[in-house]
Amino acid sequence: MISLLAVTTATDPLSYAGPAWSPYVVGALIGVLSWLTFYFSDKAIGASSAYANVAGAIGRLVSRRHTDSLDYFKNNPPKLNWELTLVIGVLIGSFVAAWTGHEMTGEWLPPMWQARFGANSYILRMIAAFAGGLLMAFGARLGGGCTSGHGISGTLQLSVGSWIAVVCFFLGGIPVAMLLFGI
Amino acid sequence: MKSTNSGKVSGAGRQLLLGLVFGGIFGFLLQKGGVGKYHILIGQLLLRDFTVAKVMGTAIVVGMLGVFVMHWMGVVKLHIKATRIGANTIGGLIFGAGFALSAYCPGTNMTALGQGNLDALFVVAGMLAGSYLYAEVSGLTKGSIEKWGNRGELTLPDLLSIPRKPFVAMFAVAIVAGLVALAKLTIR
Repeated sequence: MISLLAVTTATDPLSYAGPAWSPYVVGALIGVLSWLTFYFSDKAIGASSAYANVAGAIGRLVSRRHTDSLDYFKNNPPKLNWELTLVIGVLIGSFVAAWTGHEMTGEWLPPMWQARFGANSYILRMIAAFAGGLLMAFGARLGGGCTSGHGISGTLQLSVGSWIAVVCFFLGGIPVAMLLFGI
Repeated sequence: MKSTNSGKVSGAGRQLLLGLVFGGIFGFLLQKGGVGKYHILIGQLLLRDFTVAKVMGTAIVVGMLGVFVMHWMGVVKLHIKATRIGANTIGGLIFGAGFALSAYCPGTNMTALGQGNLDALFVVAGMLAGSYLYAEVSGLTKGSIEKWGNRGELTLPDLLSIPRKPFVAMFAVAIVAGLVALAKLTIR
């Protein structure tokens, strides 16, 4: 009974550490950052297309002819661009924030995942992470953006399609998350 | 990288550097906002932890006010994505299901990786595969799903036939009211 209770608590997200900074401060600063990207780079923040860029570059190494024949890569030829350096920057910025804030994790399994699926559920996590990434990238390309491109940049410009997409992110995500955690 | 003339090279190089700097700030902020953490991201989809909604809502209201004011001053161009109701809906639902499985979205996945969540590497691999898979079928979807409900650069004020300036003001108030309600009703 005690162990059952412990498991129940460990799958509650609120039993783990919260954010280092207030979400309102972080959100406001991201809003200001979006002013800067519009002003200095004539760009809106987005993350998902960088992955397509790299996928195309790898595809070209394997089969240049086939990759170049695909409609998406005809219109978006893979290259080192602003979107890609932005995503590389995110990796570096996060590292700096975590390192200086003593929040480095260095773990293959998140604690809440372990509490739900077991301490040795490496293969299951590998499959879920890979499948999740695959669906996200496919969905983002089909839907025209991700949680950054639609979720922040598109919504702040009041794009109807972006608001539809964000609602669908949650409509698609909530039931799957609840199934995963047995709620 | 190809370049046609030297003037373009320095401009392009400057933009690559700016991308890196802006990305660095973005990643720093995302990490500080806790949205590289597995439990905070999945906690949002489980409707237990509303950190993600608070970060997004605040970013939207602050970003909207600044970007529209600068646009009306004539110093920035808008980059409104086309509304394609079919593709936004189907793509959005697929994205959401994937988001729940990985718990990291494309931007926060790099945040997770940067802070040492190594499972994010598998999300990267999945995203590369998913991107290429989309490219494989992009000719088909372009002629079908992406044509359904194609409304071009449609905005909420256009849709509701309200002039943009009063709409932005009213919408800012509405989002702030939503954020205040979230702060009162949620534990985190």
